[in-house]
Amino acid sequence: MTDLFPLTVQDASVRRRGKTLVGPVDLTLQGAGTTLVIGPNGSGKTTLLKMLHGILRLAGGQIRWNCETEQAQRHQAFVFQTPVMMRRSVVENIAYPLTLNGVGRKQALAEAAASAERIGLGGDALQRSALLLSGGERQKLALARALIRKPRVLFLDEPCAALDGRATREIEDILQEAAKGGTRLIMSTHDMGQARRLADEILFVLHGKVAEFAPAEAFFAGPTHDKARAFLNGDIVE
Amino acid sequence: MSDLWDGLLQAAWLLLTLDADLVEITLRSLRVTLTALLVACLIALPLAALLAVRRFRLRRATIAILNALMGLPPVVVGLVVYVMLSRAGPFGVLGLLFTPTAMIIAQVIIIVPLVASIAHQSLRDLWSDYHDLLISLNASQVQRICTLLWDGRRALLTAALAGFGRAIGEVGAIMIVGGNIDHATRVLTTAIALETGKGDFAMALGLGFVLIALAVVVNLAIHWLGKTESEGRW
Amino acid sequence: MMRFICGAIAALALGGAASAAELKMAVTTSFHNSGLAQVLLPQIQADLGLDLQLLVVGTGQAIRLGEAGDVDAILVHSKAAEEAFVAEGHGAHRREIMYNDFVFVGPVTDPAGVAASGSAAEAMQKLAAETPVFVSRGDDSGTHKKELSLWASAQLVPETFGSWYRAVGAGMGAALNTAAGLNGYVLSDRASWLNFANPGDLTLLFAGDPVLFNQYTFIPVNPARHPHVPADLVAQLEAWLVSDTAKMLINDYQIDGEQLFVFNAAP
Ligand SMILES: Nc1ncnc2c1ncn2[C@@H]1O[C@H](COP(=O)(O)OP(=O)(O)OP(=O)(O)O)[C@@H](O)[C@H]1O
Ligand SMILES: [Mg+2]
Repeated sequence: MTDLFPLTVQDASVRRRGKTLVGPVDLTLQGAGTTLVIGPNGSGKTTLLKMLHGILRLAGGQIRWNCETEQAQRHQAFVFQTPVMMRRSVVENIAYPLTLNGVGRKQALAEAAASAERIGLGGDALQRSALLLSGGERQKLALARALIRKPRVLFLDEPCAALDGRATREIEDILQEAAKGGTRLIMSTHDMGQARRLADEILFVLHGKVAEFAPAEAFFAGPTHDKARAFLNGDIVE
Repeated sequence: MSDLWDGLLQAAWLLLTLDADLVEITLRSLRVTLTALLVACLIALPLAALLAVRRFRLRRATIAILNALMGLPPVVVGLVVYVMLSRAGPFGVLGLLFTPTAMIIAQVIIIVPLVASIAHQSLRDLWSDYHDLLISLNASQVQRICTLLWDGRRALLTAALAGFGRAIGEVGAIMIVGGNIDHATRVLTTAIALETGKGDFAMALGLGFVLIALAVVVNLAIHWLGKTESEGRW
Repeated sequence: MMRFICGAIAALALGGAASAAELKMAVTTSFHNSGLAQVLLPQIQADLGLDLQLLVVGTGQAIRLGEAGDVDAILVHSKAAEEAFVAEGHGAHRREIMYNDFVFVGPVTDPAGVAASGSAAEAMQKLAAETPVFVSRGDDSGTHKKELSLWASAQLVPETFGSWYRAVGAGMGAALNTAAGLNGYVLSDRASWLNFANPGDLTLLFAGDPVLFNQYTFIPVNPARHPHVPADLVAQLEAWLVSDTAKMLINDYQIDGEQLFVFNAAP
């Protein structure tokens, strides 16, 4: 199989009701490392991630993977900012992507149970309605469901927002393990500590544009963009 | 007032003695309505899901028409089906007029818009929940529809029950296309109309109470089935 | 899925058609309300093995059903309409079976004095003069047509009547219900009246004028025009209806000790 990367984004933009939400974006992402997307609220992080994932219609430009778009789509997964809980049990939620692939129900449930176990949703929780889970448990479920098809690329939209330190650590452990297993992580966050812990490179987004894209070390040592510097210092960036 | 009382007594008497005619028309009512409901659901539910997941050109128009057709006057449906199925009409060769099949066809036409509209309302909400996830997971059109139908089954049950309620109590259309023939197309509602015509209000009311009891029992049974199948918040 | 639906419909359709030989006959409300059908149908089933299905409608609709070929035969009581039906080729021929009679029903107090009439025409004139509430079928049925012909024979025109003349556009039972509710007059066939369970303050006021006799006629739907009509079964039914068995059953049929029908078929 040819690798999905590099991912080339040329002049891509997303527009809604005449307003440009994101873009134009020019960007090349290589196949290794973890990318953290940061920026103030409303800067366009969610929109950018969804655009790269290919679930938003482009108003212009193009997004090209190093293979057929269809093949690329099959090897991606997305954990949304507010995780979508299907009206099913926990284990059925996690198994759902496998059943879409035509995996038999029994096998899919077995795999899902094993993966739920690994993230600490095993035992009694398996058969509970996903709608009864707490916020942290929901994030874990969404993560397990996203990882079940072993994606090459995993987009995560603030997966640890509203989680306590311990839950955040658990999620980060899972993510680091996935990264070691060859999953390319592209993830947004407001937690600079988390960015420092996980990032190999940083994408700083402002007003729907990529204001700075740099290796993590260089970025945290001294961002070139002055708004990025202000943002890092904790100032309010308009 | 005494008529009401006599009606209750009559209903009790009919039920206690398991009156053969009563059993026959009750079973026929059930058979016709449940068959119509089954056929209507097979048409309406996938249609509702399709309208929820797919944006096509005539989508809005279709939804508006379905909503408008919810108020379709059964008598008019009956007349149209009658004209279609009459020997002089386009489907006359089938010889279906004045048979239970004709009644089923009329009921299907009456309840499809109702079931589809109610189902579409709830599936639309479910779809706005699921939209991003299913698109992200690359689910095919058919998979999307099946997922919505399965996860929305509780709400769909309500839609089906509404359809059942409308069909079981319907008299205008099935009187016209069924002809209220004894031992062939007589059902509870047409029997009630007949007894009222004869001035036998006690019997008519008795049948009416049986009809209400039947509707309640079927509703409870379906709800009970739905409950045992899954506990929880959906 | 489509296959499943078609299968379900087909199964039902076959389920309906799988039973014994069937005939559909349109009969008038007045005939059905008499209860005579409940005596005749089981005997027909026993003698001929025939499942005779009755569509209970007004004469007007019975004739329309016959014209469209939606029934195999009709049993009605409106001579002019019957003759037109046969003349236009919709019916094979008329076969007179039996007759009953129409009666004037009204309030016990009889404000119009109909009970003392010497003829039906006189009764009509009294009604038009006193204008008590009169309920008309108004549904183009045989009974309605008879009522219209009675008004005509008394040189009266219902269109010119005031609000006392109420055309309800409904069957005999419904018309009797309305008359009972309004305590008004109504023209009914004797059978429907005797079987009526909710008479209120109404009573039988006048009967017996020969113009009130009500001839029932059997007409097979013309098989030349409607090939799907099972002509041999219809012929069997007709033969049975004029047989001695039918004669006995019809003449012996009583309600409250009163004979309702007089068999008068030519053998
Ligand atoms: N469908 C839409 N129609 C119109 N405007 C939209 C739409 N979706 C997003 N926006 C707007 O686009 C901008 C970027 O939104 P986005 O959700 O990408 O921000 P974000 O960086 O993820 O913010 P946060 O940190 O709060 O999650 C916001 O101003 C938002 O209001
Ligand atoms: Mg966001």
